Amino acid sequence: MSHTSVQKDYQAKTNTGKIANYLDQRVGMSGIIKEFGRKIFPDHWSFMFGEVALYSLVILILSGTFLTLWFNPSMAPTAYDGSYVPMKGTEMSVAYASALDISFDIRGGLLLRQIHHWAALLFMLALTIHMLRVFFTGAFRRPRELNWLVGCALLIVGILAGFTGYSLPDDVLSGNGLRIIDGIFKAIPLVGTYLSLFFFGGEFPGTLLISRLYAMHIMVIPAILLLLVAVHMFMVVLHKHTQYPGPGRREDNVVGFPVGPVYAAKAGGFFFIVFGIIAFLASTFTINAIWNYGPYDPSPVQAGTQPDWYVGFGDGALRLWPGVWPFHWEFNFLGGTWVLSVFLPFALMAGSVMMAMIFWPWIERWVTKDNREHHLLDRPRNAPFRTGVGVAGIIGYGSLMVAASSDLIATHFHVSLNDVAYVLRFMFVFGPLIGFLITYRFCLALQRKDRELVLHGIESGQVVQLPHGEFIEVHKPLDEYRRYKLVAFESPEVIPAQPNKKGKISLLEKTRGGLSKIWFQDRVAPVTPAELEAAHHAHHDAVEGTDSSAQIEK
Amino acid sequence: MKALSQKRRHPLAAVILLAIALLLTGGLYAVATATNEAKADTSVSYTAQDAEEGQKLFIANCATCHGTNAEGTADGPALIGVGAAAVDFQVGTGRMPMQMQGTQAQVKPGQFNEEQTHQLAAYVASLGAGPTIPEAEFTDVSQGDAANGAKVFLANCAMCHNAAGVGGALTRGKFAPSLMGVSEKHIYEAMETGPQGMPVFNDANITPEEKRDVITYLKSQEVNSSPGGFALGSLGPVAEGLLIWTLGLGIVLVFTIWLTSRSA
Repeated sequence: MSHTSVQKDYQAKTNTGKIANYLDQRVGMSGIIKEFGRKIFPDHWSFMFGEVALYSLVILILSGTFLTLWFNPSMAPTAYDGSYVPMKGTEMSVAYASALDISFDIRGGLLLRQIHHWAALLFMLALTIHMLRVFFTGAFRRPRELNWLVGCALLIVGILAGFTGYSLPDDVLSGNGLRIIDGIFKAIPLVGTYLSLFFFGGEFPGTLLISRLYAMHIMVIPAILLLLVAVHMFMVVLHKHTQYPGPGRREDNVVGFPVGPVYAAKAGGFFFIVFGIIAFLASTFTINAIWNYGPYDPSPVQAGTQPDWYVGFGDGALRLWPGVWPFHWEFNFLGGTWVLSVFLPFALMAGSVMMAMIFWPWIERWVTKDNREHHLLDRPRNAPFRTGVGVAGIIGYGSLMVAASSDLIATHFHVSLNDVAYVLRFMFVFGPLIGFLITYRFCLALQRKDRELVLHGIESGQVVQLPHGEFIEVHKPLDEYRRYKLVAFESPEVIPAQPNKKGKISLLEKTRGGLSKIWFQDRVAPVTPAELEAAHHAHHDAVEGTDSSAQIEK
Repeated sequence: MKALSQKRRHPLAAVILLAIALLLTGGLYAVATATNEAKADTSVSYTAQDAEEGQKLFIANCATCHGTNAEGTADGPALIGVGAAAVDFQVGTGRMPMQMQGTQAQVKPGQFNEEQTHQLAAYVASLGAGPTIPEAEFTDVSQGDAANGAKVFLANCAMCHNAAGVGGALTRGKFAPSLMGVSEKHIYEAMETGPQGMPVFNDANITPEEKRDVITYLKSQEVNSSPGGFALGSLGPVAEGLLIWTLGLGIVLVFTIWLTSRSA
């Protein structure tokens, strides 16, 4: 109470001041601004992809709202009477007809539809790149593991949002996609058929599905997405931003711009840049030409039917799964027939990639026993094992994603469809291992290069003849800022299996010790000050000759 | 009826039954092929000289694989009864003579001119009745119905040739080619004769009028500009995904680097 009485005495002189004072008295604006307006954002291009995803989501909501004004999710039959001639008089669902109307008969409809779809592709792309950045720099470590989980949830809900949207137009393409979903439901042992009947409201495709998907797509899924985004952003503020190592950057500070006023202006401008990029794509390139596909009918399947790229890994898993060896993935058990040729690719191939991603922070913490807080990021080369695993994941996921376009690879590169499948199967199984080994060695080599740079400096190209006739090249030492970046990292060592309180080494701990050995046995340690000192001495000797070394000795 | 059933063990019964069966199937076949021919026979006529010249060309260029009397060899099928339409399609599009043995004959610049193609067609047509080159009436797109053509196309052709007619993959290196830029006559002949891995769509399956509608739809697809901007080859989501991963990501990267270039 005394608080408000004190405020009352203050009279702002300017209009802006009066508005600010009004807000401050009612919602405590100054406190909010102090907390959020002073949040520091370090500048680095790789930190911007989360923002791109956020802005894409805003654009998705804006353009999606426009589309809801015209789209009609009814599956009732109607005869098309719009201005697209090749469909004139064709019987189709009201949903497809209204999607065609948005494309051909509503002013700006096609542009907004294309903006919505391109924004969706960019949203998922930015989300993916953002997750890769977080993974490769180790930003998921304590205290940010939970935010990593929220990010994974955003990715999965994003896939659901994309898929439900892809299915709405009710053309042959979206119907083919839904048929696969129906197949996946039915492939789940025991409950599959019930789930499918429950989801479609009867036998596929039924007459309820589009309106059900529509409710999910425009209400439930966006609500979940926004909630997750809110939690994500809250934790970003709570944990403060991570930063790359550098002079003056410590675990207990953040170096960068505060939100207000510079960063807010920059971010606001960036929103319009992202909007501009999406508008450019949408006004230049066709996306999802629904008028080509025709109304859905369960009988035809068209060549070139693929999902949007972010569902490609699931489609690819189905395409790569061998159908004949060692048996048809089908057997009789407990009085029923179990068909696993659809369930296994999803559970094993697509599922394993997803599970490894979700649980990685805990796997890494368990093996490294590193439970400290980390606010300084790793350069990917300084965490060779993790970087190797990341590349392995990209190759595994990538071969599944590429497999979803196996038919187009076959036609465009004039190779056999079957051969494409064989090569990609090999890539999925052995590619990750090969990629891991190459990346691991590459990281170690890069670390050695860093050591070399720190210890011996940069080759200057200046060749000097010494008094006794020897030619040497002068190496220019690195400046302090550059050197700091190359030496300021941790290089953990192997932690062998530890006995527990009873003095026994459990099997689990043995496994952990083994993994730790693989993880860290090959390591390149950062240059220590003593090593640097020694290198400088040697360097001096070489340049200045024996006289100066005698000088230093005294 | 009783009298007839008692005679079923007569020594000549089997012979008579066989004769009736042969007459019926032969007659039906004649009627069926006649309906095919009746609608597409009069536009092109062959003289005996055409067939003679055609035979010379055949011996020089085709007989290695198809045999000196077009009876077929291990390397190529018999051409007796394939009709003039098959020759006009295969030779006219440059698929025959094949450049090399492979899973599928590839399109290449035609090796014979129109007259020579006509003569070859005359020779092969003289070997046995088969599908003929369509009348101009059935390849005239001004008489076709694009909307009906779209319906027929999406139900019968899109599973291999893609909804936009840009082609698709089949097993073991075979493929359905793009239909963009293929002449009206050749599209019709392909439906009529089923070249390579393609099934035959005879006149009972898709009527000549419907074939014309399909051609009309395909030609309208060629002429109409893509309403949404560049069509990206009409290849669907894969082309779109590729674009966002290359051009889209590229533009975004340029801006992120620009925005953070003046670092704190």
